[in-house]
Amino acid sequence: MKKTVSRRNFLKGGLAGTAAVAVLKNKESQAAHDFEGYPEGMGVLVDLTRCVGCRSCEAACNKEQGLPEPAKPFTDYSVFDEIHHGQKRRTDETAYTVVNQYDVPELDHPLFRKIQCNHCQEPACLTSCFVNAYTKTPEGAVIYNSKVCVGCRTCMIACPFYIPTFKYSSAFNPRIMKCIFCYDTRLKDGKPPACVEACPQEALTFGKRTDLIDMGRQRIRNTPGKYVDHIYGEKEVGGTAWMYLSSVSFDKVGFDTHVPKEPILNSVKDFLAMVPMVLTIWPGLFVGFHLLATRKENIKKQEQENDEKEEQA
Amino acid sequence: MQTRKKILRTALALAIGGVLTTPAQVWTMDADDAPESVTIDSLATLYVPVEFDHALHVEITSCEQCHHHTTGGEVTDKNCARCHTTSGEADVVSCGECHESDRFHEKYLKTLEAPELYHIDKPGLKGAYHLNCVGCHQETGGPTGCQDCHTMTEAGEKLFDTHIKHSPAKGHSATGH
Repeated sequence: MKKTVSRRNFLKGGLAGTAAVAVLKNKESQAAHDFEGYPEGMGVLVDLTRCVGCRSCEAACNKEQGLPEPAKPFTDYSVFDEIHHGQKRRTDETAYTVVNQYDVPELDHPLFRKIQCNHCQEPACLTSCFVNAYTKTPEGAVIYNSKVCVGCRTCMIACPFYIPTFKYSSAFNPRIMKCIFCYDTRLKDGKPPACVEACPQEALTFGKRTDLIDMGRQRIRNTPGKYVDHIYGEKEVGGTAWMYLSSVSFDKVGFDTHVPKEPILNSVKDFLAMVPMVLTIWPGLFVGFHLLATRKENIKKQEQENDEKEEQA
Repeated sequence: MQTRKKILRTALALAIGGVLTTPAQVWTMDADDAPESVTIDSLATLYVPVEFDHALHVEITSCEQCHHHTTGGEVTDKNCARCHTTSGEADVVSCGECHESDRFHEKYLKTLEAPELYHIDKPGLKGAYHLNCVGCHQETGGPTGCQDCHTMTEAGEKLFDTHIKHSPAKGHSATGH
């Protein structure tokens, strides 16, 4: 039997195909709203049970990033007792990462927590920046371009982890200082950041973010009772490239456990989407309304004036 | 022809039998064969090599405490015992044979993606040394300060900016103050 395609069937098929493409395309564009990060993005898993507070990561970061000499040597552990404005040490223009010590009542030894930029999957700093100084690279780093930065410091307010800091010593040449995952010197060549390489305890494990989550789960599962059943950063603020494991609940070691589980962008995007509308459409729209509403009055006024003129004449 | 076949068959049967029975008679390494001391120098840059007193540690603890299942002794770790109760003695027992010295190299990270791999989280060599040593020392009261085991080299002093004299650097204990 010879198979023939009638003109009608051919057209029908074509039509169905077009419809399918339209539906699929629609699905794709919907997926873009649920960005889950670059699939090949790298990350670091920080295991608080392994950190001994040796500060090797701080020293390595300082040298790798060419940061100024510290006030105290990196072998000085009195920094753990420092309190600045009622808080433990934070990242600043001289340090992209710091380690803090936490004394937890239920443990007979302190815990140490390294802080640095967590390199969010959907960074709030990036969202808030109106000159696009921030970029989330496919390798997982959130990098910053000082050439376009105007020094507004909105990113510092937007960051849920209070990480970006301002170089106040060069206010006329604005520069935000924060961890860039050693992007320029290491990450883009597939190498781990300097802090990871320096860590003697492998408290910092570098790898593909998805693999690190598997690894974290395996640690939790294989050593019952050692960890709380949570990977901080897996879901927090929509996911971060740097994630943490801890033996005690995260709020006891300085983590903000109240950050949303979705990107900060989600809480502001409705508002942000309205801004262009308000700024561009509203003025025209309301001027139009005003003109329409006052048109009759104007016509009446004009007529009255004309009448008066006629009377005078 | 017939006899030759028979001989071959018997040989084969014996060989298979031999393989099957070997796991029952597990080889166990003798602690006396172990070296007196081991110089751990493969990673030494910021600190001088560690002269590890192996003989001392053999007296204190059992082989599998550090060597896991590789020395052929009884496997005590539950996670290792899932697969390794009959693994027997390994050909090489030095740490660096299994623990990668370049743990985060792109090539090595790629090998971790193999779907059949169980050991996705094996520490690198530096991590293996420190996790094993420091972990035990914390529990047993052994030395835990960085320079208790290896003094800093010049390169190390440069990295840690030890020339800065703000306050005297206290002997650091990994378990805190």
